[in-house]
Amino acid sequence: MASAASGAFEPVLTRNVGNPAALTLDGYRKGGGYEGLAKALKMQPDAVIDEVKRSGLRGRGGAGFSAGVKWSFIPKGKGKPKYLVCNADESEPGTFKDRLLMEKDPHQLIEGCAICCWAVQASTTYIYIRGEYSFANAVMEQAIKEAYQAGILGDSVLGSGFKLDVYMHQGAGAYICGEETGMIESLEGKRGQPRVKPPFPAVVGAFGAPTVINNVETLANVPHIVVRGADWFKSIGTDERNTGPKLYAISGHVERPGTYETAIGIPFSELLDLAGGMYRGGKLKAYIPGGASAAILTADQAHLKLDFDTMTKAGSMLGSAAVMVMDDSTCMVRSVARLAKFFNHESCGQCTPCREGTNWLELLLTRIEHGEGRPGDPQLLRSVCKNMNGTALCALAEAAVGPVDSLIKRFPDEVDQHIRDRACPFPHRRYFSNGAS
Amino acid sequence: TPGAQPAEGGRRDFSAAARAQLQELFKRYPTREAALIPALHIAQREWGGWLPDAAIAAVAREVELPAAKVYGVVTFYDLLHQHQVGRHRIRICTNLPCMLRGSDEIMETVRQELAVGENEVTPDGRCSYVHFECLGSCDTAPMMMVDDAYHENLTPERVRQILGELD
Ligand SMILES: Cc1cc2nc3c(=O)[nH]c(=O)nc-3n(C[C@H](O)[C@H](O)[C@H](O)COP(=O)(O)O)c2cc1C
Ligand code: SF4
Ligand code: FES
Repeated sequence: MASAASGAFEPVLTRNVGNPAALTLDGYRKGGGYEGLAKALKMQPDAVIDEVKRSGLRGRGGAGFSAGVKWSFIPKGKGKPKYLVCNADESEPGTFKDRLLMEKDPHQLIEGCAICCWAVQASTTYIYIRGEYSFANAVMEQAIKEAYQAGILGDSVLGSGFKLDVYMHQGAGAYICGEETGMIESLEGKRGQPRVKPPFPAVVGAFGAPTVINNVETLANVPHIVVRGADWFKSIGTDERNTGPKLYAISGHVERPGTYETAIGIPFSELLDLAGGMYRGGKLKAYIPGGASAAILTADQAHLKLDFDTMTKAGSMLGSAAVMVMDDSTCMVRSVARLAKFFNHESCGQCTPCREGTNWLELLLTRIEHGEGRPGDPQLLRSVCKNMNGTALCALAEAAVGPVDSLIKRFPDEVDQHIRDRACPFPHRRYFSNGAS
Repeated sequence: TPGAQPAEGGRRDFSAAARAQLQELFKRYPTREAALIPALHIAQREWGGWLPDAAIAAVAREVELPAAKVYGVVTFYDLLHQHQVGRHRIRICTNLPCMLRGSDEIMETVRQELAVGENEVTPDGRCSYVHFECLGSCDTAPMMMVDDAYHENLTPERVRQILGELD
């Protein structure tokens, strides 16, 4: 797996990527590992929450919600069990950063989970990992085993008397299980169909108990915040609302696809440079900044900063920071049709607008791509999108609309040309694997 | 797909080793039902990569759920199979990043090499293949998964070599 940290930025989350010794507990400890946990255990749980809140850390899984604020929603007091569910489902197309964190630095994640559990006084963590990540799962299992043997997990975490169990839980192939309430259903042994909110998981989550759900990368930040302080964390990034280090997973038409760590808010054009520029000297046509659910941006928006607020202002979103790059040989209709196929396959089917709408989006875009589009199809696409917004239970429906809506807005001529010419103007043989030329 | 049943296909119940694994699993969760999906993964390994009726029945017994409930869960998940699959299961990623880097060619190469359609099993029971959604390896696109292993930065030649080396 390719990966690299940027030139100027001193890596935080990926500092152990080139250091296989950190896979072992000893190696991890040599680099200061588990000092954050030891420090946190000497603090009041609420003080840990306050520090994380003050750092401005926002969720790295997609929605960008403040981690500290989320933790503060967990009811106080003993008696009832509480849970942490770490979201390692990582199924958003284009996203591969959490896999890197788990495969290269498993103890960093365990430490982040343990600190979170202390802060909210939860005694069990389930790391819900997508079923396909069997190697990452094995690395995590091994690290967890070592942590138990060393008394970092178990009946008395680092001798503090605080009890904590951490378990890996393997999913079975369903994107919707990345949605937090779908994940809880799946963890409980059911079909991963999202629940109606409220109640929110902080009140009624896994097994009916208060539950924190955080992404892998979010939790990996936590030990560093505890050790180096909220002020250090806030000094990195664009502004008060966009703080800390960030992993960007860049793919598609770039020379060196991979995971790059920089301060949050690197402009897209600079990230592209880090990734070696355009593949085989191609010309940038478009990029998707935050996974399949984010609206497409165009080459004239390459200067934009990849942070939460800049992306939202531009009508897209940072999402999982999966940056997919397309050169001018790319057919946008075909690209978006592929994403529509994904959403149609992954809709859990319990809301009619989403189940029917995702089906229509795939059908319409596929027929346009195949030269069978009809003159009214762009209108029809628009009306399907409109009917899916705000009418379904979870965010998948709106996610499916994101790329389609931006296709119609930013590439109307390309859509029209497909319909007028009754054919795709881009020869498909242009999509070459690495070996061909 | 009807065809030659693999040896495991005739199995009636979990092996002793698998049953011990199940007992460990049940300790991890406050409910027995929560062990269902992990139990189905174990069952799939026991029954040769898929879940014939006997496997579903065995899981239902262990997890103490009606078989209908177990079926309902199985049909929801892409990694759980109600129908026979090949001894080797090949999943070719065709989502956008892999598509941009040539997954069409990879899909086509697998189709030609195996000479069966998607979701069909080769006559010798060796392989079956499907196109798949993003597998979280887009930096090494195009890629595919064979059983549990990721094969990355593929070319048609590399695909032919990988398939040729499968037992
Ligand atoms: C359809 C859908 C899929 C999602 N998939 C993931 C995922 O794979 N990984 C993830 O961390 N969050 C995913 N999320 C976001 C989660 O619902 C949730 O917001 C997140 O795990 C919270 O963690 P964070 O605050 O640390 O980001 C998904 C959301 C939706 C609506
Ligand atoms: S919006 Fe779609 S994916 Fe989400 S709950 Fe409804 S049908 Fe399921
Ligand atoms: S698109 Fe193929 S691994 Fe992500």
